[in-house]
Amino acid sequence: MWVELTSVDVALGGKPVVRGVTAGVDAGELVVVVGPNGAGKTTLVRAIAGLLDVSGGTVRCFGKDPIAPDRRALAQELAYLPQHYELAFPFVVEEVVLLGRYARQRGLGLASAEDLAAAERAMAATDVTALRARRFDELSGGEARRVILAQALCQGARCLVLDEPTGGLDPAHARGVFEMLRAHADGGAAAIVVTHDLDLALRYGRTMWLVAGGRLAARGAPADVLASAATREAFELAIHVGTLPSGLPFAVPA
Amino acid sequence: MTGRGAFVSGSGKRLTGARLVAMLAIALVACAIVAVLAPMIGRGNTGHLELLGGDLFTPGTMDHDVFGIRLPRVLASLLTGAALSGAGCALQALLRNPLADPFTLGISSGSSLGAVLAIRIGAESAFGFGAIGVAALAGAILTMLAIWKLAQVGRHLPPATLILAGVAIAMFCSSASLVIQYTSDMTDVEHIIVWMMGGFDIVRIAWIRDATLPIFVGLVVLVVYSKEMNALAAGEEVAASLGVRVARTQRVLFVVSSLLVGSSIAVVGPIGFVGLVVPHALRAIIGPDHRALMPVSMFGGAIVLTICDTLARTVIPLHHLPTGAVTAVLGVPVFFTILIANKNKAGLWGRA
Repeated sequence: MWVELTSVDVALGGKPVVRGVTAGVDAGELVVVVGPNGAGKTTLVRAIAGLLDVSGGTVRCFGKDPIAPDRRALAQELAYLPQHYELAFPFVVEEVVLLGRYARQRGLGLASAEDLAAAERAMAATDVTALRARRFDELSGGEARRVILAQALCQGARCLVLDEPTGGLDPAHARGVFEMLRAHADGGAAAIVVTHDLDLALRYGRTMWLVAGGRLAARGAPADVLASAATREAFELAIHVGTLPSGLPFAVPA
Repeated sequence: MTGRGAFVSGSGKRLTGARLVAMLAIALVACAIVAVLAPMIGRGNTGHLELLGGDLFTPGTMDHDVFGIRLPRVLASLLTGAALSGAGCALQALLRNPLADPFTLGISSGSSLGAVLAIRIGAESAFGFGAIGVAALAGAILTMLAIWKLAQVGRHLPPATLILAGVAIAMFCSSASLVIQYTSDMTDVEHIIVWMMGGFDIVRIAWIRDATLPIFVGLVVLVVYSKEMNALAAGEEVAASLGVRVARTQRVLFVVSSLLVGSSIAVVGPIGFVGLVVPHALRAIIGPDHRALMPVSMFGGAIVLTICDTLARTVIPLHHLPTGAVTAVLGVPVFFTILIANKNKAGLWGRA
């Protein structure tokens, strides 16, 4: 098991945010994490990425506690995309993407041919190649989001943990991101993706985790989870799952 | 966004080995030119022979002026300029704030308080010429420890709490210095004021000898951590997930910068603005990548402070202006120029 959660509890400021989550993610998996605002989705993925201490249970990433001090080893296996990202200095896009290579660089860390190739692939995958010489802080919200997604891809990790990678993206680019993630998973890697894009989660996700009130309220095939009573209860809204004339499924609030 | 000049945008390109070598070569040559020319400029015997030991050469001769008086000053300004600018650049990266400098964090104020206290209790006459420098360094270290304890959250030193703790400590230390001045006699007050202005009139060759190695080691450590500073620009959490040991990096940057500042102040007194302006201006010119910005800032600081000190001792014949004042008087207009250029183009930091 690449990522293994056993009865994980997380408390923030003394308040329990994640409660008793047990789950696992293995090679080839594309997990979509859905749930209402404040349900604990972000806290859960931050615990997986080793960015906060759990108050109970255990988290294992590739057999190790992700909070361990050897961040470099973890970063080679697992890349994390946070929900919020703010750059303090005016780096250009290509520099931001290349920051993703930190864990694979030694010494001064000037980009090697391998680093540059990884950056090119990552920029192509998120359609930001044309933006390479633009200043990151001058990009639109959606463009910036795609650039930091490229940074996470550039890391070359087998497991991607992405918190709302399609937040602020136009429909075509959002679909492109999920297509890319699906190809990534089909190629033997894995991704855990927090999203509010129910349509895309339904179409491209292999497994859906519904998080509500800090608990894993439902888990299974996306169509089943979305249609479940647990989802209706969590969102206080029924989700209708249907099929387009083209045969593709869709999900809308009923 | 069109018409943004190269001056504002930085390089617009990633750092390559060739560009890094070219930038370092330019910086090194410029620094060497300043280092050779500065000691040759001046107006004869300045009457500070006794401070230097008095046995180098015969007073009034050219050799004595160049090697006995001006060369130590130039060495001191090169060394402290590099230290202050490097420390400023590191603090800006640590605090993720282009307005940070040694004064923001209160290190300078704490160091000054140490020196003021030493002057007030007459440490110099009791323990010799080095006592004020030692007190200044001790002040910097104590301030650093206090700020660390106040700002620490777990193992981390988050920027927001560091700035808060630093500003509060700076206020405390400068007020305490004022109280001490108020209770001092006129001789001590004059001594304190001269010291507070910062300058190289009081440089002793022995201090330069003692400070060179520690400052050099500190500068090397900062250059080694430049890759981590780049990652920290994206925030602590992103840096950690990129593979950076954030807590350790923060501690190293904080301690090394503080020691560099303390050592500089021990040698020449508090000299402001170099640590803020030089890295800031260079970031606008060569871009924010610390692997180039950090070493180039060090050379830049050395060059700027040496030019300022040369002006300070030559502009008015037979009068030495306080170097710290010259630095600020010349630095502020340059800083405003950069500020206005940035503001017109793309918002203050590119965020309108």
